[in-house]
Amino acid sequence: MQPELKTSGAQENPAIEITKELTIPRLFYHQALRFGNNRVAMREKEFGIWRPVTWQDYLDNVKSISLGLISLGLREGEKISMIGTNRPEGLWAEMATLCARGIGVWLFQDCLLEEVRYILDHSDTRFLFAEGQEEVDKALSILEECPKLEKIIWDDPKGMRHYDQDCLISLKELQEMGRALDKAQPDLFAELIQKGHGDEVALLFYTSGTTSLPKGALLSHHNMLIMGKNLMSVDPCRDTDDYVSYLPFAWIGEQMMSISCGLQIGYTLNFPESTETAQENIRDIGPHVMFAPPRMYEQMTRTVQVKYLDAAWIKRKAYALATAIGYHVANLKFDKKPVPAIWTILEWLAYITVQKKLKDHLGLSRVRNAYTGGAAMGPDHFRFFHALGVNLKQIYGQTEVAGISVVHRSGDIKFDTVGLPIPGTEILITEEGEIITRSPSVFLGYYKNPEATAKALKGGWLHSDDRGFIDDDGHLVVFDRTKDVFTLRDGKPFSPQYLETRLKFSPYIKDSWVIGDKRQYITAVLCIDYSVVANWADEKKLTYTNYQELSQKPEVYDLVEKQIRQANKDLPEPARVVKFTNLYKEFDADDDELTRTRKLRRQFVAKRYQGILNALYSEADIVHIDTTINYEDGRQSHIKTDLHIRTVK
Amino acid sequence: MASTDPPNRDEVLLELKELQMSFGKVAALAGVNLTIRRGEIHSVIGPNGAGKTVMMNCINGLYRPQKGSIQFRGQTINHLRPYQRARMGMARTFQKVEVFGGMTVLDNIRLGRHNHYASGILSGAVYAGKTAREEIRHRAFIEEEIIDLLEIEHIRNKPVGMLPYGLQKRVELGRALALEPDLLILDEPLAGLNLEEVEDMARFILDVNEERRWKVTCLLVEHDMGVVMDLSDRVFVLNFGNMIMDGTPSEVQNNPEVIKAYLGEEDLYATRA
Repeated sequence: MQPELKTSGAQENPAIEITKELTIPRLFYHQALRFGNNRVAMREKEFGIWRPVTWQDYLDNVKSISLGLISLGLREGEKISMIGTNRPEGLWAEMATLCARGIGVWLFQDCLLEEVRYILDHSDTRFLFAEGQEEVDKALSILEECPKLEKIIWDDPKGMRHYDQDCLISLKELQEMGRALDKAQPDLFAELIQKGHGDEVALLFYTSGTTSLPKGALLSHHNMLIMGKNLMSVDPCRDTDDYVSYLPFAWIGEQMMSISCGLQIGYTLNFPESTETAQENIRDIGPHVMFAPPRMYEQMTRTVQVKYLDAAWIKRKAYALATAIGYHVANLKFDKKPVPAIWTILEWLAYITVQKKLKDHLGLSRVRNAYTGGAAMGPDHFRFFHALGVNLKQIYGQTEVAGISVVHRSGDIKFDTVGLPIPGTEILITEEGEIITRSPSVFLGYYKNPEATAKALKGGWLHSDDRGFIDDDGHLVVFDRTKDVFTLRDGKPFSPQYLETRLKFSPYIKDSWVIGDKRQYITAVLCIDYSVVANWADEKKLTYTNYQELSQKPEVYDLVEKQIRQANKDLPEPARVVKFTNLYKEFDADDDELTRTRKLRRQFVAKRYQGILNALYSEADIVHIDTTINYEDGRQSHIKTDLHIRTVK
Repeated sequence: MASTDPPNRDEVLLELKELQMSFGKVAALAGVNLTIRRGEIHSVIGPNGAGKTVMMNCINGLYRPQKGSIQFRGQTINHLRPYQRARMGMARTFQKVEVFGGMTVLDNIRLGRHNHYASGILSGAVYAGKTAREEIRHRAFIEEEIIDLLEIEHIRNKPVGMLPYGLQKRVELGRALALEPDLLILDEPLAGLNLEEVEDMARFILDVNEERRWKVTCLLVEHDMGVVMDLSDRVFVLNFGNMIMDGTPSEVQNNPEVIKAYLGEEDLYATRA
């Protein structure tokens, strides 16, 4: 049965109008019928081969899962959570939840038990889609504390042979139940699809929360779809495009690409074979569009920088030359100056000799638009990609606007801004300097948290808690989180994030934490990049046994100091890093130091490393550490060590 | 953790009778008797120099015992060469990994499968029709049953020599599994691995032993007592070429002679800090 939908355009390729009434399931149903067996909705690399799932397969699976959930007794508006890697089954589960009139909640796969418990309990989850043994184990161990959780649905049979608890059900069994129900009531699924309104809640999204417990943002169908539509009107995608889905579905950015945009356009989603193979699989596919947080691009930059250090003389020369050309041309474009013919030729030469190959290795050979968002990206990284000829754009947004609200336009890119609002979005700066947003994708509120909702939503305007301003070209500049902004000793405000991203441009530094609000000088706690520094140490014939020991080597301190001096260059004197220490471990979300999207939780680390902080602002040149590290499976280990403190000369 | 429903639980797969092997005047094995039934994980423990590896080498044919008999699937195999024993369904891994360092992971595993190839060199060189289909079938087996099981997708095209030790051990296990053995001899599969790798490897051993697809009988030589006691159905204790006892893990743990000879007075589980 064909749903009634307003369509426009050519008959064979009808585009869909996003109206207030449209729900995600209705759009999905329409697209599935429209593309049917003729087009691949998604691919998954499995057993070494890319296996296609057509829109018809997609529909069949969603239908049986959805009806299976109804057979389990799912009622309208009940929550269903999902945890696991990016794979077709995960997306089917989400879509099936929406089709069955439930509300979807995604959890980060690497969540600790306590986080899983909190979210399942707070969201009143009744059914949980858990991928395999690891996720099932997590769920079973907190089952007692989540009285509302009834069934756990798993799909990967590996290691599941001894599990016979009543609360467990395999996806296959669930689908069988669904098919049986479909046979008994053949019209039920289509009827379910027709129900609902765009303003109803579709997804409950737990924001990563740099300060407190995660808050659950309620997003409606319309929030999601209109945001996708507005983004696509800026940078249109084609239904023949490829997109690689490898970032957690619990991150709004991935939802926005896979659901909000992907469903509307109908491009193919590609799921990597495993988390470890993601980078390789991106290269297999060569996606046309890409959205990743800065850390992914930082990782790519690091890969290139390290390969460069290892390369032969002639390759290094060729690379240096090509990069010099790239930077020059990119700078001309940034300044909106015409590129002279000679530079166009040189650029082409650089492209065919170096950049083409390099882009291919990074999986960027076909990228039309690459986006970065979710955290601040340093200008150095940004320029690096433009020098390579990658059209990298900054995005600004948050979970509460269903993804994004501001983006760079092609040909109008400034690396210190995040661009212009997307259509339908208004951005204003309050008197206090806070960025506020009004658009149809502003969320409905926080789940079971009216105080937070009242604080965030005032008169239809979403208060972001970010400080920023609008520059002469109308571009939004995001300074930093309001509470993070430093006051330097000369009284000027300063963004620690800016300095941190500069430090991270060094391939040897993986994470940085800059301190210095209302203090006499700025200090930094740095985490070296283990693999890169280990490589460097091997060449220098340094001996070490582990991260902790390597990080405290005087030679490594020399190396890091050099990187800091580089970052300090052309900064005003009060904003320069004066003292630093190398941390004995990397920052880790399992230790609550980062959010699941790898943002630094400043208040938390300041409390946790109080000793280090005090030492950085004293005469001491050594700090004693005695602490505990948590592992994902609940184990702990004890660490006792000394950290050196170095003053940058 | 014993499997619950093994087929023909009582069928004897391997039997050693009065096995003797000496090097000069040193008796490495002084009349050892061992019975391994289908479906078990049977561990052999003993202090260094007890003769464990010699025993394994006798079983898979690298050494010829001077006395005694080895019966595999009801057939005396004393006279058979290692490759003939492999053909009968016996595979092993080595204490010190013995992989082909210059070859990729995939090629190493493929090599373990050569016994199952029907096509010869010439048709292989042409690679068409039946031969191509056979190759694809074997590749599918390797991908679906081995690479997926051992979670080594990300390294399938990497040369084994470049991989860390823990992964090399996994590749070696993969190569042994490619044979689809009845009996898998694992010579210290956990030696030199870190805690996480030990846990992974222990899980793989349990998987191949219990998973309906595999149901491989395992003969395990191992020093990690915690893992041995958790995994094994039976434990065989060897000391200076002599059997001290053969029993269930709890029997072995409580046997005063074993404790005196090998385990010392400490807690059994104290071997892994």
